[in-house]
Amino acid sequence: MGIISRAFHGRPREPDAKLPPGQYLVHDFPVLSAGPTPRVPLDRWEFSIDTAEGPVHRWSWEEFLALPQETPTVDLHCVTKWSKFGTGWKGVSLDVLMEDVESAAEYALAYSYGGYTTNLPLEDLLDGKAWVVHEFDGEELEPPHGGPARLLVPHLYLWKSAKWIKGIRLLNEDWPGFWETAGYHNYGDPWREQRYDGD
Amino acid sequence: MIKRLAWRVATLESARQETPTAKTLVLDVPGWPGHLPGQHVDVRLTAPDGYSTQRSYSIANASAGDRLELTVQTVDDGEVSPYLTDVLEPGDQIELRGPVGGWFVWRPHSSPPVLLIGGGSGIVPLMAMVRSRGKADTPFRLLYSLRDPGQLFYADELEKVKAGVEVAYLYTRIAPPDAGRAAGRLQTADLIAYGWPPETGPDVFVCGPTGFVESAADLLTALGHDPAKIRTERFGPTGG
Amino acid sequence: MDYQDGNALAGPLSEIFSLDVTVAQGKCAACGLRGPLAQLHVYGPDPGLVARCPSCEEVVLTLVRGPNDAWLDLRGSVSLRIPIAE
Repeated sequence: MGIISRAFHGRPREPDAKLPPGQYLVHDFPVLSAGPTPRVPLDRWEFSIDTAEGPVHRWSWEEFLALPQETPTVDLHCVTKWSKFGTGWKGVSLDVLMEDVESAAEYALAYSYGGYTTNLPLEDLLDGKAWVVHEFDGEELEPPHGGPARLLVPHLYLWKSAKWIKGIRLLNEDWPGFWETAGYHNYGDPWREQRYDGD
Repeated sequence: MIKRLAWRVATLESARQETPTAKTLVLDVPGWPGHLPGQHVDVRLTAPDGYSTQRSYSIANASAGDRLELTVQTVDDGEVSPYLTDVLEPGDQIELRGPVGGWFVWRPHSSPPVLLIGGGSGIVPLMAMVRSRGKADTPFRLLYSLRDPGQLFYADELEKVKAGVEVAYLYTRIAPPDAGRAAGRLQTADLIAYGWPPETGPDVFVCGPTGFVESAADLLTALGHDPAKIRTERFGPTGG
Repeated sequence: MDYQDGNALAGPLSEIFSLDVTVAQGKCAACGLRGPLAQLHVYGPDPGLVARCPSCEEVVLTLVRGPNDAWLDLRGSVSLRIPIAE
């Protein structure tokens, strides 16, 4: 640790017993970026569930909005240590999207417009644990936060909730994504503080 | 284990107000190895609970012993810049790492004419180049884009700048009556009027916010400047 | 979203390399563009620095800094030509 700078405190960091270890509470919604923000016109937007052999299901924007919608309220935990409580979203549960998909796959790779990828075990997307969301706080999701639509997997660090989602590929083997191959943890459970590779 | 470039302890000696929202910090850094104009330092602040954060700042002065000058623009709701401009007092210590960056530098022995294009606080590393020029023969032209006269850094010094350095002020919002140019963004006509023609093969340094640098670099290339001779330094979204 | 130039990599990479690597000439694996790392487009710094080719925007390198380790991934660079003259 370096020398202490007199009277320096940094941004307010609010501790809270409900927080995972090492996290602090924020009330704004920080935007982190690993590249240019993709702009996806809705008439060309589509979302796919596919396997290595090709697409299994594909939805246009209209078809996607016609699916049964849910409005989860969840806590977010970013690996850069901020957490945000009680965020309200609207979107489609992965249980709906995967409803009639027959697959023995155990892994999933979420991929996005703009090229981002992130991997997770398929079971972490099912049983009410994940959504593809298109509204935040009653408003349409802004591109900096992942609009038109992003993945929401709130029980894992937020980098798993891929912004600008384009599809989910079902895989028999784990295929580490963008940050998972760059030093971050393969699974990313905030409650076990799995931030970096090897944690 | 890799030995890392050390963090040095810097002590604030004094500070000069440049504008109502910007200050030049004069720091004493024992053992400072010297720097080239255009280089920057990473500043690290650490809170009592161990939290620490870093930002990069361009060096404003010509290399001079253990003395280092940084000009810091206060970013509203920033985390580091308001501390540096409003809280830090003479005698207080911060940590810094550097000098770093060997690309966006002017080497005082190079001979082509120099074109400096700065937007807002992008003037800082360019000023280090002007200050390092000393009695060199290399002719400089500086295009300084700023919102209004109240945002002007180094006003007195630029006013008195020596022969061989021509300064053009490009006001984007409010121009004083004698500006000789209507307020507006940097455009091709400015580069033609105040810059060097591409045929003279100038070394070009552009520094400022991302959008400013992007647009300036595009205009320069369209005008026929060799992209390989245009060096850029963009301020990023580091949150101040 | 705003980005910085590769100049911003100079401090973080100085933790790893004894030479200033930002002046090294790199070659983009995707489009073949050559140029100094200092002129890449850099996003971040959190959760990590992501340096992209200024021409094709593909990722050339990433740098993640944990409390005890740094991860440098040169996934999108074919080679680095590093000036070593005195």
